[in-house]
Amino acid sequence: MIDFTEEQIQRYSRHILLQDVGVEGQEKIMNARVLVVGAGGLGAPVSLYLAAAGIGTIGIVDADVVDLSNLQRQVIHFTKDVGVPKVKSAEEKIKAINPDVKVDTYYEFLDSSNALDIINEYDFVVDGTDNFPVKFLINDACVMAGKPFSHGGILRFNGQTFTHLPGTACYRCMFKEPPPAGAVPTCSQAGVLGAIAGMLGTIQAAETLKYFTGIGDLLTNRLLTFDAKTMQFRTVPVKHRDSCAICGSHPTIDHLIDYEQAACDLKHN
Amino acid sequence: MAKIYVNGDVQEVNLPLNVSELIKQQDVQQPEMVSVQVNEEFAEREDWESIQLKEDDKVDFLYFMGGGSELRIKS
Repeated sequence: MIDFTEEQIQRYSRHILLQDVGVEGQEKIMNARVLVVGAGGLGAPVSLYLAAAGIGTIGIVDADVVDLSNLQRQVIHFTKDVGVPKVKSAEEKIKAINPDVKVDTYYEFLDSSNALDIINEYDFVVDGTDNFPVKFLINDACVMAGKPFSHGGILRFNGQTFTHLPGTACYRCMFKEPPPAGAVPTCSQAGVLGAIAGMLGTIQAAETLKYFTGIGDLLTNRLLTFDAKTMQFRTVPVKHRDSCAICGSHPTIDHLIDYEQAACDLKHN
Repeated sequence: MAKIYVNGDVQEVNLPLNVSELIKQQDVQQPEMVSVQVNEEFAEREDWESIQLKEDDKVDFLYFMGGGSELRIKS
């Protein structure tokens, strides 16, 4: 049992006041270890809300430095941070919001060589990455390690997310394998309304907090999608697929795969 | 005419109609970026032509979405 300080009781009072959270739930949040992969459009709001909520340890993986073109949506990075590693910029803001949070930074790409080692250090993983090879890598590594994760994707005015717990539908149950390299969103059509990242990332942060506090129903076995043009939200039921190559009853994938990134995604920034 | 549900919306279609034909009719921009479910079951890409739709079928198109990555221009 954590002895809350006066300051902590005050800081987390709006959580503690919630019947579903209370002191016990807040303690669970403060003992939680969350890995955020990607300190970009999704990782930014996720990290900010998890920091504010008092998550005990936040690990952040990102090999990029802040670019001016990031600031339109990656709200954890400020103009002064251009050129600074995203993990450093994010760590600074997290500490400024909540000095109680321990931050682990990984200034590197997540790939088949380090994914399991890093993921194994955490209780829950948030996928805030921008590309399919890493999305499949996170999925496969989490399934192998038996870790829950939140998937997030955004494009133009749309977002989608689901939460995976061991035994529930995984990314491969829905999408099987990455799209063919070169097909990936026609480059001229890429782009995203900045606030969409905030909408989706905030849902991922809420799912993370629900997971640790055991509140309500997670987005398992359903894919939440929204179109901000119409503000229509929809949840599509999805099933765990017995023939899934990673989580099915006869998995054919026994090691992590580094997929090729699609041609037009290669050029970073 | 038969009614089917595409992404939750009811649509009138002429049968016979297979999944591949529906994708063309729906003007799906990049079929390679779509995963299809018929009646909440994953439909293998190689089966799209052989899956015949029928009255009241539910078809969902799930789109691949990255992370709103940078406006990357093909070099």
